[in-house]
Amino acid sequence: MKEALTLVQTLSAHPDSRCWFVSWNPTGTLLASCGGDKAIRIWGREGDSWTCKSVLQDGHQRTVRKVAWSPCGNYLASASFDATTCIWKKKNDDFESLTVLEGHENEVKCVAWAPSGNLLATCSRDKSVWVWEVDEEDEYECVTVVNAHTQDVKHIAWHPTQELLASASYDNNVCLYKEEDDDWECRATLTGHSSTVWSLAFDASGERLASCSDDRTVKIWKESPSGQGDLSWKCVCTLSGYHGRTVYDVAWCRLTGALATACGDDAVRVFKEDEAGDPEQPVFSLAAQAPRAHSQDVNCVAWSPTEAGLLASCSDDGDIAIWRFHQEA
Amino acid sequence: MSGGTSLENANPVIFERSGERLLTATDEDEDVHDPIDDREIFDILFLTSINDPEHPLSLEELNVVEQVRVKVNDAESTVGIEFTPTIPHCSMATLIGLSIKVKLLRSLPDRFKIDVHITPGSHASEEAVNKQLADKERVAAALENSSLLEVVNQCLTTRGI
Repeated sequence: MKEALTLVQTLSAHPDSRCWFVSWNPTGTLLASCGGDKAIRIWGREGDSWTCKSVLQDGHQRTVRKVAWSPCGNYLASASFDATTCIWKKKNDDFESLTVLEGHENEVKCVAWAPSGNLLATCSRDKSVWVWEVDEEDEYECVTVVNAHTQDVKHIAWHPTQELLASASYDNNVCLYKEEDDDWECRATLTGHSSTVWSLAFDASGERLASCSDDRTVKIWKESPSGQGDLSWKCVCTLSGYHGRTVYDVAWCRLTGALATACGDDAVRVFKEDEAGDPEQPVFSLAAQAPRAHSQDVNCVAWSPTEAGLLASCSDDGDIAIWRFHQEA
Repeated sequence: MSGGTSLENANPVIFERSGERLLTATDEDEDVHDPIDDREIFDILFLTSINDPEHPLSLEELNVVEQVRVKVNDAESTVGIEFTPTIPHCSMATLIGLSIKVKLLRSLPDRFKIDVHITPGSHASEEAVNKQLADKERVAAALENSSLLEVVNQCLTTRGI
């Protein structure tokens, strides 16, 4: 059966600027976006369409690069080129700035909450990854600074169930971190990409990790048993030949297993895994694509956590696009 | 990327500027689709001139960019530029490349994908400079840095024709 990507709605999210990132809240009712206009916008559904519910404007002095919802959905973290990370608390329909995390030397490129909500990670052009502990009084304390990369760290992602953190870097590598005696340590370095790794996504089980790169490929990594205590992840699949330019983001749908990519060639693509495939050599094929999804680079793709097939993308053209990935009638 | 006071290359070889673009009949016909071509990109870069931070001459006169190194595909909305730093260890290579990129970003329609590279074999850190220029996140962050933006704008000062 054939599948298709159908455009549901386009939102002029960050006009005259670029929209860098979008993030769904855990219940899939709100979508947060951020951009070069230093603003964060919160989008909510009204009937069949999406509208802007609030604008968070005074948190950052420069580009807001990423936003992330806490697992409880009551907090939003934003990472900015101004070297800070803001934590926002949701109060009814409004958001108030709760605290500002400082410490990185320059641009913060990404922020991510651990599944427990008790840990937060940030990464920066200063090559470091910071892990912060959150207590009940909304106090944040940095517990570890790890310098495992030799260049700026572009993205970080937590394992869906374990306290395992992954990072992607301009140094072409992916690093995996675990806690050891109150200290976070790099326990595995995944080499294979030939240029900057821009983003990462775990699958629903956390057994596999997808990474995307300036080398125009997507790689799928799988944990393999190792004798020692160290982690061992191997590349089991490389998707090459599909993307015309840098692949900026990859998203793995927790509900359907579909893999979406955001590319500098303006396209959004969705890949599906052959169900009969060997788990050690999975095969992914292109299920659907929107070649002109946006009029400029696509920076981010995000699957709704609650509604199967609902996908948001955003672009240098300043827009958010909402898509439906479905079986063609 | 701070500008030093002593010149790295005190006596650059100076090349002649190429002639002005010749207008054709269709150029002035508003009904004819006028695709952006190599020469147009060249003019964008040089009629307003990018100044090498070390030398008060245009990049064309210093032979930093040659017309043959500009590749435009209007249908596919791509522009590729190769520039040749004056000497293989020129510390200004990233700044010159960034200035070229900024000039084109400001001049061309948004649909264009702009790739700026160093001419192969002409610079010691060719790969590192190319990678930096291709990283739009780094370019975006650099352009939010007001002192760096000022240097870039100085490089792009309009010169009288």
